[in-house]
Amino acid sequence: MGVYGSSYAGGPTPRDLFDLKLVAVNTAMLLFSSLTYGFAMIAGDEGRRRALLTWLAATGLFGAAFLGLELYEFSHLIHEGAGPQRSAFLSAFFTLVGTHGLHVTFGLIWLTVLMVQVARRGLEPANMRRLQCLSLFWHFLDVIWIGVFTFVYLLGVLR
Amino acid sequence: MSADPHVDHHGQGGAAHGTRRGYLIGFALSVLLTAVPFGVVMAGGVSQQVAAGLCMVLALVQIVVHMVFFLHMNSRSENGWTLMALIFTIIVVVIALTGSLWVMYHMNANMMPAMDQMTSGGM
Repeated sequence: MGVYGSSYAGGPTPRDLFDLKLVAVNTAMLLFSSLTYGFAMIAGDEGRRRALLTWLAATGLFGAAFLGLELYEFSHLIHEGAGPQRSAFLSAFFTLVGTHGLHVTFGLIWLTVLMVQVARRGLEPANMRRLQCLSLFWHFLDVIWIGVFTFVYLLGVLR
Repeated sequence: MSADPHVDHHGQGGAAHGTRRGYLIGFALSVLLTAVPFGVVMAGGVSQQVAAGLCMVLALVQIVVHMVFFLHMNSRSENGWTLMALIFTIIVVVIALTGSLWVMYHMNANMMPAMDQMTSGGM
């Protein structure tokens, strides 16, 4: 993205393609999911299993909403003929944003597995450690997204 | 993993989990630090360089906000070792990023022109 960010091959530019309102909503989804995950961890520390599972479910829903919007954006771009094969810029865009989407997907799978674990075995120390690990993974997703929306979307539109 | 969730740090054993208030402060700051760059770019009117600089600075600030309020980074947890690990991580990431950009930029600049551009006398 850093090098090929302006290699449009005569094709569409970020300004033609990106819908910043959609990206802003997407960013909000991920931010909400970070907040709900934090509340889930606090509920877990307080030994409230039902509250923990509810907050985890909310986190999962926000994550799924983010992924749904991203897939909608991808299909819209491909439908417009702006797929990854159109230009080096679009190849880099789909690789970078797609990799982040994959990161979120694996986070959702991990989240689902841990919800089953907690539902079946409760808040035992091993489960709390697993939740702590996913907490780092999930908050880090959001940190990476800051870089993505700044450098790919905002600076792309400005370029 | 202390029984008391409001203890800020747990000494040697683990990292802190934060408080509801901490998460809400981090969330409010993040909303602000996201809304401002989006607003500036969408509204337009600001010069391109100023807007780009503002976006990058606010992104860096927001990353720090996330690390402090969501990932609970501080100089005390694990006797300062998480901070050492963070500094090491930043050094490695900076080397990898600048190295990749440098190499890719030069490879791109030294690419042979494509066939259609050579025949049409372009480039």
